[in-house]
Amino acid sequence: MNLVLSSSPHLRDNASTPRIMGDVLIALAPALLASALLFGLRPLAVAAVAVAFAVGSEYLFRRLVRRSNTIGDLSAAVTGLLLALNLPPTIPLWIAALGSVVAIVIVKQFFGGIGQNFVNPALAARVVLAISFPVAMTRWDRTPGLLSAFGIGEADVVTGPTLLEQMRQGAQGEVSLLSLFLGLDKGGCIGEISVAALLLGAAWLVFRKVIPLWTPLSYLAVVGLFTLAAGRDPLVHLMSGGLVIGAFFMATDYATVPLTWKGQLLFGLGCGLITSLIRLFGGMARACPSRSCS
Amino acid sequence: MAFRRPFPGGAHPDPQKRTLDAATLRLDPPAAARLLVPMAMHLGAPARPLVAKGARVLVGQPIGAADRPMSAWVHSPVSGTVTAIRRILQSSGAFADAVEIASDGLGEVDPSVRPPDVVDRASFVAAIAASGLVGLGGASFPTHIKLSPPPDKAPDCLVINAAECEPYITSDYRACLEEPDAIADGILQVLRYMDIPRAVIGIEDNKPRAAAALANALKAAAAREADSACRAAAEAAEIRILPTLYPQGAEKMLVHACTGRTIPTGGLPHDVRVMVLNVSTVGFISHYLATGMPLVRRRLTLDGDLAVGPGNYDVPVGLMIADLLALTGGTRGEPEKILMGGPMMGVALDRPDTPVIKANNAILVLSGAVAALPAETACIRCARCVQACPMRLLPTAIDAAARLEDADLLEPTNPLDCIECGCCSYVCPAKRHLVQSIRLGKTILRTAQARKKAEDGRRRAAKEVRP
Ligand code: SF4
Ligand code: SF4
Repeated sequence: MNLVLSSSPHLRDNASTPRIMGDVLIALAPALLASALLFGLRPLAVAAVAVAFAVGSEYLFRRLVRRSNTIGDLSAAVTGLLLALNLPPTIPLWIAALGSVVAIVIVKQFFGGIGQNFVNPALAARVVLAISFPVAMTRWDRTPGLLSAFGIGEADVVTGPTLLEQMRQGAQGEVSLLSLFLGLDKGGCIGEISVAALLLGAAWLVFRKVIPLWTPLSYLAVVGLFTLAAGRDPLVHLMSGGLVIGAFFMATDYATVPLTWKGQLLFGLGCGLITSLIRLFGGMARACPSRSCS
Repeated sequence: MAFRRPFPGGAHPDPQKRTLDAATLRLDPPAAARLLVPMAMHLGAPARPLVAKGARVLVGQPIGAADRPMSAWVHSPVSGTVTAIRRILQSSGAFADAVEIASDGLGEVDPSVRPPDVVDRASFVAAIAASGLVGLGGASFPTHIKLSPPPDKAPDCLVINAAECEPYITSDYRACLEEPDAIADGILQVLRYMDIPRAVIGIEDNKPRAAAALANALKAAAAREADSACRAAAEAAEIRILPTLYPQGAEKMLVHACTGRTIPTGGLPHDVRVMVLNVSTVGFISHYLATGMPLVRRRLTLDGDLAVGPGNYDVPVGLMIADLLALTGGTRGEPEKILMGGPMMGVALDRPDTPVIKANNAILVLSGAVAALPAETACIRCARCVQACPMRLLPTAIDAAARLEDADLLEPTNPLDCIECGCCSYVCPAKRHLVQSIRLGKTILRTAQARKKAEDGRRRAAKEVRP
């Protein structure tokens, strides 16, 4: 009889890395779908390219340095999709591809791969792209979406200011909260357009216990309080999808979020503080919190 | 139901208690079967063999003497002939003597077996020491040592462990159903002789029948009791229904859930004036006081997907697991793993020619499909292990420091507080072997601490020489 000797415990839960990453992909899907409905097929193309290049470069890099193949854990796909959601819908596809390669090879694999990187690869790549391609990265055209046939969204290309630009110009008064919530009448990057879709995805992550709630809640609370104190409408601020992406999908990234609930709470507070300061006083063209965190 | 977490963390492994309704069957080894009785079936020093090759032994006859302070007596489980004294490798990694006995199948009882004369605490503790009793729940701590706490730490509460939180195992549950009167009587004896005013029985909420059986038996025992203090204690004994959450039966979790007291790091229950005994242990105490038959048999659960005859069995200590399997119909195909104990904390055996020991509450025979461990992948820092740890440790941090073999990094992560419950490894999505690595970390840290202590001692000695 050949018996296997191993240390206890001899039983394992069915949680696994691919399952967690799969849940994140599922959670990001509604935002991508909303983007297609409102902006057309272009966001889907950007997402497809970003994911393909993220997975492809992880596979090639690991082969090149003769390390185990890790694309099966789906984390590369998550990085690609997350990056795509943080790009403008009109971004040239090659820039999206480049961003994915930077995220995977430089930010993730150079530091040893999954779990070893110290920042969210998608986030870091987003910053690199913003510095390298400032024009392409700040075009917020509203292209006709799949729903335009039904009179929803734009029928022609409109260069829409983002919500934060609108706010800064004091024009936000004319836009209803509901249309902000659904994602109408504002420009923005692919993923941040519909708060409703993002919250749906966030609810999935919470339901599946993928992310702790401490971080996003303390994050959103701080931003809400700050904007209230500054005499602005906190709801309008919370309706910027970028903040929701930042709170639920970026600040909760395992690479950066602390391990204990106290740490997670503090981390959310810190993120909220930085975001608020940049939003209220910063001179950045637009302060998507997902960027201000980095 | 209002669910309050009884302790931080924990896990919900599938209970798989399919032997709940399996009444205990008595198994006797076939004539000429060889039993192997280890001299080290308890924490502490091994017993010293009292018999030589060729000697005839009877059931209940002492064959191993506990002549060191922390040890336990060993008795022959069968009548027969000693065929060898062997050195065997314990699962702890240390070698110890074991007495091999060829059973004659007669079950002739030794004349020394008769009810002990117990009149006071001293004679009670002496009798328990002579019975060879150790904690039957799995920890194998010699019971007479537990019954002799330091005088300034006399317990004021007896906690009875009926939690049985490990998956598969139902032997304590069967004890509650099959001999609740013995358990109630054992509790009363301990309360009486140890002069403890209060008892709390901790049991998980998924075992209502066992809880009811114990409650009835306690009531009946209290009504029979003549001594008024003891009767009052028995009447006040409380059955505490605990949420089903692994590791509820771990000593620290149980004491906290039953008494609200927290055992300090590195401490024992008596540090918070509590005495913890397992249900089967107190059941044995009652039988022993009535009959004088020392601990030579025990109830265990046989289960696992490959066991042909899963169930609860009353078996002699020293029975070979290979024989246990043969007596119960064998196995369905080649087992990949045989566990002594439950799947969360049990020990994997290297061969079926291993004897049943006193603290052995379960034998699990598992196929590769159940027992194979998935490949380890990189930690993704998901914090699940942190959330699951009932001791509030950071398992992933201990794991990282242990793999670097760095004692300075290990020290602040407190690996020595780890109770090796297995929750962290169980929940880890990256399938890290956290407990294995934490054990390694403990060894590294202990070695470093011992070395440091020795060096400090040398330095101090050198200073004294050179005034
Ligand atoms: S559960 Fe596993 S993957 Fe998650 S932090 Fe702990 S060790 Fe890392
Ligand atoms: S670190 Fe130790 S005490 Fe904590 S969950 Fe892991 S095995 Fe249990």
